[in-house]
Amino acid sequence: MQQKQRLSRSTAYFIPYMLWIVLFVIAPVLLLIYQSFFSINGQFTFANYQTYFSSSTYLMMTLNSVWYAFLITLATLLISYPTAYLLNETKHPQLWLLLIIMPTWINLLLKAYAFIGIFSQAGIANQFLSFIGIGPKQILFTNFSFIFVAAYIQIPFMVLPIYNSISELNTSYVNASRDLGATNWQTFSRVLFPLTLPGVRAGIQAVFIPSLSLFMLTRLIGGNKVITLGTAIEEHFLTTMNWGMGSTIGVVLIIAMVIIMWLTNGGKRRTRRGLK
Amino acid sequence: MKKLFSIILGLLVVCGLLAFGAQKLQTSSGSTGKKVLNLYTWGDYIDPSLLTKFQKETGYHVNVETFDSNEAMYTKIKQGGTSYDLTVPSDYMIEKMKKANLLLPLDKSKLTGMSNYDSRFMNLDFDRHNRYSVPYFWGTLGIIYNDKYVKPGSINHWNDLWQTKYRNKIMLIDSARDVMGFALASMNQSLNTTDPATLLAARNKLNKLSPNVKAVVADEIKMYMIQNEAAVAVDWSGEASEMLASNSHLHYVVPSEGSNLWFDNLVIPKTAKHFKAIYAFLNFMSEPKNAAQNAEYIGYATPNKAAKALLPKAIRTDKQFYPDDNTIKHLQIYQDLSPAKVGLYNDRYLEFKMHH
Repeated sequence: MQQKQRLSRSTAYFIPYMLWIVLFVIAPVLLLIYQSFFSINGQFTFANYQTYFSSSTYLMMTLNSVWYAFLITLATLLISYPTAYLLNETKHPQLWLLLIIMPTWINLLLKAYAFIGIFSQAGIANQFLSFIGIGPKQILFTNFSFIFVAAYIQIPFMVLPIYNSISELNTSYVNASRDLGATNWQTFSRVLFPLTLPGVRAGIQAVFIPSLSLFMLTRLIGGNKVITLGTAIEEHFLTTMNWGMGSTIGVVLIIAMVIIMWLTNGGKRRTRRGLK
Repeated sequence: MKKLFSIILGLLVVCGLLAFGAQKLQTSSGSTGKKVLNLYTWGDYIDPSLLTKFQKETGYHVNVETFDSNEAMYTKIKQGGTSYDLTVPSDYMIEKMKKANLLLPLDKSKLTGMSNYDSRFMNLDFDRHNRYSVPYFWGTLGIIYNDKYVKPGSINHWNDLWQTKYRNKIMLIDSARDVMGFALASMNQSLNTTDPATLLAARNKLNKLSPNVKAVVADEIKMYMIQNEAAVAVDWSGEASEMLASNSHLHYVVPSEGSNLWFDNLVIPKTAKHFKAIYAFLNFMSEPKNAAQNAEYIGYATPNKAAKALLPKAIRTDKQFYPDDNTIKHLQIYQDLSPAKVGLYNDRYLEFKMHH
């Protein structure tokens, strides 16, 4: 009897969370899927999906989005892994970690505007280039500046999980590998990296998925020279008012994200088995 | 049983809270008191000192709420739950709201000062006989250039933008209708064409422009042009007037072969409640002195002929913002196109943006 009561109380505690999930996660996704089956005139149709998969514009845009998300993730990973490793070696890792997390406390839009100031014709970056004799260059509205700023914004989300997995790593593995005559590179590639792979995977998920649907940065920093699916969704909802097509792109993005989650998680099982 | 009860109780509490929250949200957008007027307008689109003056003269307090696009305003009014008394949509949006039965006709017997308005800006296609709207500001779409990088007078027509010397120097406003519009104007086509082949030709012409395009941006264009970031930009006259006020190297040109002519007019949405205040405000804004003060503050062109006469000569005779009749003759107002046609414009525009 008592146990039953405790059970019912714990389900009662669960209600707010369930309501939250149902109201703000499941219901919106269902609405999105529902909307995607309506044409611009409000008729039920599969035409939105047909248009999406038969139009070279949308397919190109999808490729573009995936390609840029990949580049951003790669850049973030290349910077974050060494950072997380060095962080673990420092005396006060928590302090350094705080400094890395700090930029996430600042609004994304403010950071974007700060970069506009830095990269503009008369900005600090160009002043420096002129100072060392290279002369001002067009930095804003280039692919480089877009990937740079996007990577800057995503770095904390990559550093954190990698740092966690490195700090949890038992150092005796590394020592053993050195004792047994492995070079530094072998220690890294055969021992350290495989053992910290779960952190890397979590970092990739945390960075790649939001990067797929970036839209504000594409305009502010990329000057709409980089077009991603996020841009198209914004346009369909705000200008064309073609909510059906906008929802369709949203659904495709969700499916793409599920596939990525599935791929990265599937890999985990395989390597675990491989390690055994 | 107890479990079921607690679940139901929890659900009821949450539903109650949500209903209360919704109620709260609805009443907060637009106050419902007696001596008020709820004005729903673009950001920074009225001289605040006029609002104080209006309150002093009539006793009505004006609550101002702002929107940043016609579409956002449309959605909010259509959804209801607001009590806006007056709003300021652009021409095509007035047509659209009219079709959707979201506007109340004006009671002409209560309006004074309608004769102050320039007859060229009355009785237009989007609102015949001004049944629903009173002109507020008007303007054009044109080219802004910086005389540090461009010889003054060397840009007069849309086709000048395609010259190779402007490689990577032009900024465009991120708006499908306007970018497609100036491409159509450069080909001497109607800005309201719905012919797929013509729109395709316009896109092909825009693709040829893309080496010259430095960026396609929105409001930030103003900041960039003021900071001398780009040599040339395509933007609306209202934005241009703000840029010119902050950077004396900038100039604005309306190509004489044709461009867009836009209006922002005051209308009464269906959500209106305070009719006495509404007509007091409309009459107040029609008074030449007030309209002139507002035009000087905002920097847009006033459709009020009597008010224009009160403006300083430098503003009144400025061809950049009050173009001559010959140019005005070639300007076109956007019509409200069917969703499918708007989609056509948007698809071609998206394709142009993808092309680089």
